[in-house]
Amino acid sequence: MKPEALVHQQEMVYSGHNACPGCGAALAVRFLTKALGSNIAVALTASCWSIIAGMPPLNALKCPVLHCPFPSAGSVGSGLKRGLEAKGYHETTVVVLAGDGGTFDIGLQALSGAAQRNEDFIFVCYDNEAYMNTGMQTSSATPFGARTNTAPYPLFKEGEKKDIMQIMAAHSVPYIATATIAYPEDLDAKLKKAKAIKGFRFIHILSPCPPGWGTESSETVEISRLAVTTGFFPLFEVDNGTTWRMTVQADIKSVPLSEYLGRQKRFKNMDQAKLEHLQAEVDRDYKKLMAKVAK
Amino acid sequence: MTFEMISGSQAAATAVQRVGVDLIAAYPITPQTAIVETLADFDARGELGGEFVSVESEYSALAFCTGASASGARVFTATASHGLAYMHEMIHWSSGARLPIVMVNVNRAIGAPWCLDPDQGDSLSQRDTGWLQIYCANAQEVFDTVLQAFSLAEKLLLPCMVVFDGFYISHTYEVVDIAEKSLVQSLIGPPNFKAQVVPGYPENLHGLSTGETVHKLVKNRDDAMHLAPEVFAEINKQFKKVFGRSYQDVDEYIPAGARKAFMAVGALAETVKWSLPDLENIGLIKLRMFRPFPAERLRAIVKAYELEEIIVLDRNYSIGSGGVFAQELCQALYQLPVKPVIRDLILAGGIDLTGDMLLNMLSAGNAETNDQYLEVWGDHLK
Repeated sequence: MKPEALVHQQEMVYSGHNACPGCGAALAVRFLTKALGSNIAVALTASCWSIIAGMPPLNALKCPVLHCPFPSAGSVGSGLKRGLEAKGYHETTVVVLAGDGGTFDIGLQALSGAAQRNEDFIFVCYDNEAYMNTGMQTSSATPFGARTNTAPYPLFKEGEKKDIMQIMAAHSVPYIATATIAYPEDLDAKLKKAKAIKGFRFIHILSPCPPGWGTESSETVEISRLAVTTGFFPLFEVDNGTTWRMTVQADIKSVPLSEYLGRQKRFKNMDQAKLEHLQAEVDRDYKKLMAKVAK
Repeated sequence: MTFEMISGSQAAATAVQRVGVDLIAAYPITPQTAIVETLADFDARGELGGEFVSVESEYSALAFCTGASASGARVFTATASHGLAYMHEMIHWSSGARLPIVMVNVNRAIGAPWCLDPDQGDSLSQRDTGWLQIYCANAQEVFDTVLQAFSLAEKLLLPCMVVFDGFYISHTYEVVDIAEKSLVQSLIGPPNFKAQVVPGYPENLHGLSTGETVHKLVKNRDDAMHLAPEVFAEINKQFKKVFGRSYQDVDEYIPAGARKAFMAVGALAETVKWSLPDLENIGLIKLRMFRPFPAERLRAIVKAYELEEIIVLDRNYSIGSGGVFAQELCQALYQLPVKPVIRDLILAGGIDLTGDMLLNMLSAGNAETNDQYLEVWGDHLK
């Protein structure tokens, strides 16, 4: 399918929402809701989208949105889906929407519990790699070397980004996938595939944040593409925790990681040593991924 | 009537099965675990009717119930002690969201250190969350109150916490009339409240709002809560027709001429009630509903019996302040021109109430002359 086809699908996000210009998360939700269609209900945990969705009674989404506290996404989503089933809404797709904080950090327990029970909903993590709604504080999804407001210069994020995909794969859930808005046809195909599957599904969408990452609002798509082509954020899917498949092939040697990092002010103070450290981490993870895909 | 010898925990679980709920989410924590296990037994026998889901924490149990209740489903969970404390954020949230969730909390002390005894501080520390709270004094009350809690919660669109003492009620066995399911359902009926999440209707539920909006919503919740006594009375009128039993927000057992009364909740009230024949000229005010606090009823009782002294039994303590039930009673009586003396027996930590304590408390009260308020710690009276 070509991206133009996606444009013509039903629009589920109203213009005039509260996202910052160039927000990757807004585009991500716009594309994913297009793919899923109108019969959806969203459980929305505390995150940027708590603001983007607008102030009740206004609603930026053309579907029910149930806001819920920060750690609760996986559990509220579980209850919502089973409740709707009990009420006879068997065809409604429940989407749980969470940022990286509500997924990697404070939401991890409920996420793991829901995945282990194989709850029948799609958990979407839009990952802008820090607590951007509260003002750019480090999360466990923040990459090594990035500056945040809880690691201001000369400090930097010291630990590695948590490998949430391996964690979710280890739960052996029916379907997990990564996606970015730079490859909308890939994102669209994954959401459509996810929609057709029963059980727990997890979609991890890298969502550039212009004010948080220090990029121009016009660069969001390009930055997303560089994340893929440098091997920083490979696009793949995993069926049942066992079958790993690359969905977008990239020649990661052709574009150096510095190209991706250099466009973002949060990496402004990366020296050669830090760059090599992060490059080694990216290479190691890519190799691990390739080994899984090859099987 | 169907009588069985069961524990308080089994009474709670059986009531839930009789009412018929769509979903139950629970996590085991002593001493409420028997409730979860009894419900699982019903499920295993195919008699539950709804779905039973074991979740990974108490926080998730109430979060699950929040999502399910928003869809219009009837839900139940149970917890105790640390479990209730861990739920705290969702306790506030579910009330703000106006979801008629029913939860049983079995009183148990909160650590550190670990302690299994039935201190009431777990539920009382949730008093400002906007949940209805009803305390039960025996297993029959547990059964009946859980049934009634669903009607009350759904009518008021407020969550309801049914509370009883750990071990003294949860683990002791009593003869309980566990009415047939069909009889219960003829009275309680199917879930009767508006679903919030309805596919096709793009509502933005509980999203970011202004302080001005929240100001109004808090008042709305308080107004709803103050309808509870009236709605509860109506529920009990119907309940009496079917079961021959009924309850009030406050029960009083005050002999004619007595100017003194104990005030107690839960199992403590039961202990005092059975001790009354051995004590002279003293009555009992048994508080059942704690939220809303039945201030008007209490003032009316004090005036009607011209009470001069009330001995409050507080199996809890707000450190730096005092026993919680005594505090609330003092607040309720503040506007009376003539106020009774308040003696507060502190049983914090969940210590047992003995006959000696009751007798010594009476004399402790007599020994003091001018103090309007006297606090006595239980271990000083042994």
